Amino acid sequence: MESVVAFSALAAGIMIGLGALGAGVGIGILGSKFLEGAARQPELVPMLQARMFLMLGLTDAVPIISIAFAALLMFANPFIGQVG
Amino acid sequence: MAGSSPAEYISHHIQNLTYGRTLDGSWGFAHSAQEATQMGFVSINVDTMFWSLLTGIMFCVLFRKASASASVAKPSKWQLCVELVVEMVWGSVKDAFTGKNALIAPLSLTIFVWIFLMNLMDLVPVDFLPYASQLAGLSHMKMVPTTDVNATFGMSLSIFGLMIYYGIKMKGLGGFAGELAFHPFGKAFLPVNLVLETVSMVAKPLSLSLRLFGNMFAGELVFVLIAALVPFYLQFVLAVPWAIFHILVITLQAYIFMMLTIVYLGQAHEVHH
Repeated sequence: MESVVAFSALAAGIMIGLGALGAGVGIGILGSKFLEGAARQPELVPMLQARMFLMLGLTDAVPIISIAFAALLMFANPFIGQVG
Repeated sequence: MAGSSPAEYISHHIQNLTYGRTLDGSWGFAHSAQEATQMGFVSINVDTMFWSLLTGIMFCVLFRKASASASVAKPSKWQLCVELVVEMVWGSVKDAFTGKNALIAPLSLTIFVWIFLMNLMDLVPVDFLPYASQLAGLSHMKMVPTTDVNATFGMSLSIFGLMIYYGIKMKGLGGFAGELAFHPFGKAFLPVNLVLETVSMVAKPLSLSLRLFGNMFAGELVFVLIAALVPFYLQFVLAVPWAIFHILVITLQAYIFMMLTIVYLGQAHEVHH
């Protein structure tokens, strides 16, 4: 039983870490492209900003889903009680 | 809640008020998380239902008031607010939806304002309503319906149903099935096409609901963690910046749900030739 809890803790850490990695890289690229476009054509900034926030929400979605599952593992672990 | 450990406090605050068949066979509210899961499918989260219905009715009543007393010469301030929101939604629909359907714009407005109002409940301080409801005798109370997977899946499965309905209506049953079977590769790759198209079709409502759920659950969890682990004189310092960031997340998630609904329904309407 202890190993189930230990592995769940490890799994939660890996899930959050990899999610943060993906989200960080993705949003960094998104932001850099936005700044490039804004520097080229400042008159398009409002439209580009609206699109950027849309893309931000979409890119953040899967990492945040994995954070939600990691939180589930931390607080309401479904694996406890299944073994032994 | 004085005297309980942080872990108990946290797991108490992320538990819904579930009504179903309890351990001894009688019908009542669950008293713990294990009891709630043991109730299985034949149970209902009463707090989710109450708050989602309350915010929905509030939306209908307030917007109806604006449209009933609408005047061109002397618009009231509330009418101007409603007009701002409606114009924003109408602009998004015009941009993204190429078909012809009278349902899409009101649907998008409902989705945006209703989800925004439900998410807005998250900014109420963590212990206000649960403590008040405990004094009234209810053991748990979660005020944010969108932190309940059932609520978000209900919405996204309805959108999924609409996608299939309009897909079959616009393209015919044969056209709909043909699109599943013959895109993106030709007729020779039928099984591959079916797998790819089914996965992408199922991923749409799944990602739609889990995105909203994940964002809102994570936000609420941070509020509960701040309330549980931080001494009272530091609560303000941590909770206020997170609440300010959360205002952005609330609006963004409602907007994204609306935009994706419009895009998916637009995809269901387009007829390839």
